[in-house]
Amino acid sequence: MKSAYTRLALFVITCLAGVAHAGVLPEDRADVLYFRYDGGGVVINGPSVLVRKSIGEHVSVAANYYVDMVSSASVDVETSASPYDDERTQSSLSLDFLHGKSTYSVGAVKSDESDYLANTVFASLSHDMFGDLTTISFGFKKGENEVFRNVKIDGVKMNDPTFAETMESKSYNVSISQILTKNLIMSAQYEVITDEGFLRSPYRSVRFFIDPFSQGQQSEIYPNTRSSNAASVRAKYFLPYRAAVDAMYRFYTDTWGVMGHTAELGYVHPLPDNKWIFEGRVRYYTQTDPADFYQDIFPRADYANFMARDKELATYDAITAGITATYEFKVERFPWLSKGSLNLRYDYMQVNYDDFRDARYSLGSFGELPEEPLQPGTEPLYKLDANILQFYISAFF
Amino acid sequence: MRIRGLILVTLAALSAGCSSIEPWVKPYDRENLADPIMSFSRAPISQDFLDHVFESREGSRGASGGGGGGCGCN
Repeated sequence: MKSAYTRLALFVITCLAGVAHAGVLPEDRADVLYFRYDGGGVVINGPSVLVRKSIGEHVSVAANYYVDMVSSASVDVETSASPYDDERTQSSLSLDFLHGKSTYSVGAVKSDESDYLANTVFASLSHDMFGDLTTISFGFKKGENEVFRNVKIDGVKMNDPTFAETMESKSYNVSISQILTKNLIMSAQYEVITDEGFLRSPYRSVRFFIDPFSQGQQSEIYPNTRSSNAASVRAKYFLPYRAAVDAMYRFYTDTWGVMGHTAELGYVHPLPDNKWIFEGRVRYYTQTDPADFYQDIFPRADYANFMARDKELATYDAITAGITATYEFKVERFPWLSKGSLNLRYDYMQVNYDDFRDARYSLGSFGELPEEPLQPGTEPLYKLDANILQFYISAFF
Repeated sequence: MRIRGLILVTLAALSAGCSSIEPWVKPYDRENLADPIMSFSRAPISQDFLDHVFESREGSRGASGGGGGGCGCN
């Protein structure tokens, strides 16, 4: 659960470095975002601020500050722990150097949470060629993380003094972006990520049969390494009446046996007044193969060398549909502001699990058994609905 | 043997092609590609947050970067 947060660092890198196009520095801008995620008993909200500024003609600096405020009573938490509140802050800095047709990027991300510390550094190179029709990029990231476990001693929340683990992550990626026609651009990306160290949640449990009518719980046991391969292609097409459609597909597989497919379709439609832009987006994700060591309920205690019950490693489908409304404006009094925009985005997400059951029907919630507990392994399959809201202001200089 | 010959001919054709590649979409023809609506991620700060939401709930990871999009000619 916590390790998932650290992956945000990787995405911030994508955000900070990914917008850098070889041959041209990214435009100067500032964004302030407020977000709220509400689903599956988890509420996450907070602000994020991103500023990008050029220094001379060859250097661009980007900084991001992000705060996650989490209030969690997820199904995992309900069946094995107490609800909790937590806060995570993340700050990052990146530098882009433009030299001829090449852009060199370096940066670092630091994330602090009461039970997880993550430090990531990255470097990438992008190069334009063939009359700037083609851009190739190579990137490397390295993350070093420290994992702790929060406990309550005499009613005071603190790190468990007997628990401290580490995890190291490395990522290698290559991408190519290609202009195909005056209306069509495509890109392809391939990324390998390797993790080593403590890879599970220090809180989550697996459950097992004691007999057909009763169950027990024990800590998850994960391998210490994981290597993944992901390959994606995307395309965007400019329509004759000033609108754009885009499509994306990603294939994923890893050494834990997980296989996933992601597909996304988007449509951007500016109104003729050049003030309003509407965008619709649908994303479908299917995880066809679960992790080899995942089971909703194991036949007995200590059933295998590795045992997991993280629903992220299960078999399931997820669909997300969203709409964004953007209002663009200029302010006469601020000639240095080339453009500003107000943006509201709403997404609805639904996840349907094929092999993760809602154990609250048998284990109860926060230690309280249900009035009529169901037999373990016969509970209804779990479903998750989430509402995701974002409001952000952007300013371009 | 025939396959090796075919590969050599293909490589020779490709290398010859590379040396004489002319951009078939001229810079003055890239107005549509330079339109901000053609960026793969119009709002990195928003996409960043949403990617995190997906990553936290999915087994898959990586190769999800938008890479900027557009034509890099703004």
